[in-house]
Amino acid sequence: MSDALTTFLEATVRTATPLALAALGETISERAGVINVGLEGVIIAGCFGAVVGARSGSVTAGLLAGIAAGVLAALVFALFVVWLRTDQIITGTALTLGALGLTGTLYRAVFGTTGAALSIPTMRPVAIPVLSHIPVMGPALFRQPAVTYLLYGAILAVWWFLYRTHAGLAVRAVGEHPEAAEAAGIRPARVQAGAVLAAGALGGMAGASLVLAQVGTFAEGMSAGRGFIAIAIVALGRWRPVGVALAALLFGAATALQYLFQSTGSQLPYQLFLALPYALTLVVLAAGTARVRAPAALGRRDLGTT
Amino acid sequence: MRAPAPTRRPALTGPIAITLLLALGILALLAAVLAASGFDVGASLSALVRGAAGSSYAIFSATLVRATPLILTGLAVALAFQGGILNIGAEGQLLAGAAVAAGVVLAWGASLGASALVLALVAAAAAGAAWAAIPAWLKRRFGVLEVISTIMMNFVALYGVGYLVRGPLQEPTRIYPQSSSIPAATHLPMLVPGTRLHLGFAIAVAAALLAWHVVRNTSAGFRLRVVGANPSAAASAGQVDVAAVSLRAFLLSGALAGLAGGIEVAGVTYALYENISPGYGYTAIAVALLAGLHPGLVLVSGVFLGALEAGAASMQREAGVPLVLVSVVEAMIILAIVGARAVLARRAQRTVEAGA
Repeated sequence: MSDALTTFLEATVRTATPLALAALGETISERAGVINVGLEGVIIAGCFGAVVGARSGSVTAGLLAGIAAGVLAALVFALFVVWLRTDQIITGTALTLGALGLTGTLYRAVFGTTGAALSIPTMRPVAIPVLSHIPVMGPALFRQPAVTYLLYGAILAVWWFLYRTHAGLAVRAVGEHPEAAEAAGIRPARVQAGAVLAAGALGGMAGASLVLAQVGTFAEGMSAGRGFIAIAIVALGRWRPVGVALAALLFGAATALQYLFQSTGSQLPYQLFLALPYALTLVVLAAGTARVRAPAALGRRDLGTT
Repeated sequence: MRAPAPTRRPALTGPIAITLLLALGILALLAAVLAASGFDVGASLSALVRGAAGSSYAIFSATLVRATPLILTGLAVALAFQGGILNIGAEGQLLAGAAVAAGVVLAWGASLGASALVLALVAAAAAGAAWAAIPAWLKRRFGVLEVISTIMMNFVALYGVGYLVRGPLQEPTRIYPQSSSIPAATHLPMLVPGTRLHLGFAIAVAAALLAWHVVRNTSAGFRLRVVGANPSAAASAGQVDVAAVSLRAFLLSGALAGLAGGIEVAGVTYALYENISPGYGYTAIAVALLAGLHPGLVLVSGVFLGALEAGAASMQREAGVPLVLVSVVEAMIILAIVGARAVLARRAQRTVEAGA
């Protein structure tokens, strides 16, 4: 049983990693007042970038290419939402639609129409000496692919950035009260553009981690709603980096339940488990976020003059 | 003091000329994407045109058949957006309608015949409304963003149908992930003999014309527009029950999408499949925005995007262009429209500021 539990916890952290990365990025963006529903598109762009990059034979190249693709997708979003001030939700929906289509098209154009599984190098779990030998939690937290350790670093970095730097203060100010921020000499549009691009980098990394540390190949639409789940995670984590990371774990656990039940030979229909994270999102949004206050200027289009 | 910006909406919605201009622009964009992806642009585009409008078969059995669910789901999205509800869940609502319609005709089609068909379509609309009721309730009771909740409901519906066609509704041999075929008496009659164009197209057109009339000429339609344009003003100055109006818009939107699902089962597929919809509910957003949320223009944009999808299917068959390319074009349509609208709004504001 403890073996099954260890496997379950390991799978929880592994499947939570892309969700947490994407949600951390979205946290920065939403704290600056921009909700990017196109996060799903950013992630699939990251997936595709990672496959292209990893074809060179290097996992690192895959990761970097995934990040670059995520930033590129976020740049399109920033151009429309920050510069033209289009509706964030509709623009994000279009970004998702376009990125899903474009990656599917390019994948077939570049790698052939068969869509056969590509062989690319993947990230193997790296056990951290001593820590990975802690009973039960040790392997779950410290016998993971490198990208999970990058996530740990990103949680700290985003926390430090938001609460301990001037730039982070500017981000929070713009998300709460852009006029006041502007009066204090901050340029809201610049701050928002920066936040959206940073979120793009983390979203691209999320896609790369999905490809390099979980699936090992590209499939059309493989992001499978993770971007939307990540947005729910941000609300559940109350727009705070550590809370967001913990919320991501909950969703990782919901996904990992499939593996647990498969291994116990359960007779329940597997679609039930596939649907679980999505249903959980609904329940959690209702129960966990009812009395939580979002950044005051989230989704606003009329921002200052710069 | 800076004069407040005028509240008039930029007039992108009205003229059909602009829509046609957009259509030409979209074809140019499509050609660019094809060239960038390394496909033979000429061969691909000619396959597109032939597949969409090259023959009476292409028009009646491909384009208009595909336009039917797009008009209904496009209407669903347009009415919801007009009421300020960002329903991205037409896909799930369509699936709910398809599943319930299939269930009804498989259970009672043999005994009730054509009346089971009517019952199934009503049940499909009810199922779509019920599927929309969950995010509507979550929004009203807990303030949950409907964008997220409706998308989650799409995934739940997709896996729900996946379960049904491998479980309770699976065909008797239990080999294929699909339901049995529905009895012939419950098929929707054909509109044009010798083609695949079924009565559902007429239902979709009637729904669009009815919605046009309601939005334009009735007080309910006026309240819908007011709530969508400015909910707080609607509540304070107009004495409108904003929550009730948006709830009704949400449910009606779900019902239209659910009806689209029922019509697909009774008019096109004659059985429930897991992938019964190639993303009609998402394309619907492009349909609605291309029409400027105008119910009458949804007919035009629905047929246009139906033609695009029919043409894309033929591009895939004849030129090997992946079908998903269509969603790139749809995304570009949406971005072009919201972008153009933002630019026009900014220009209008500048003019006002300069004159003040």
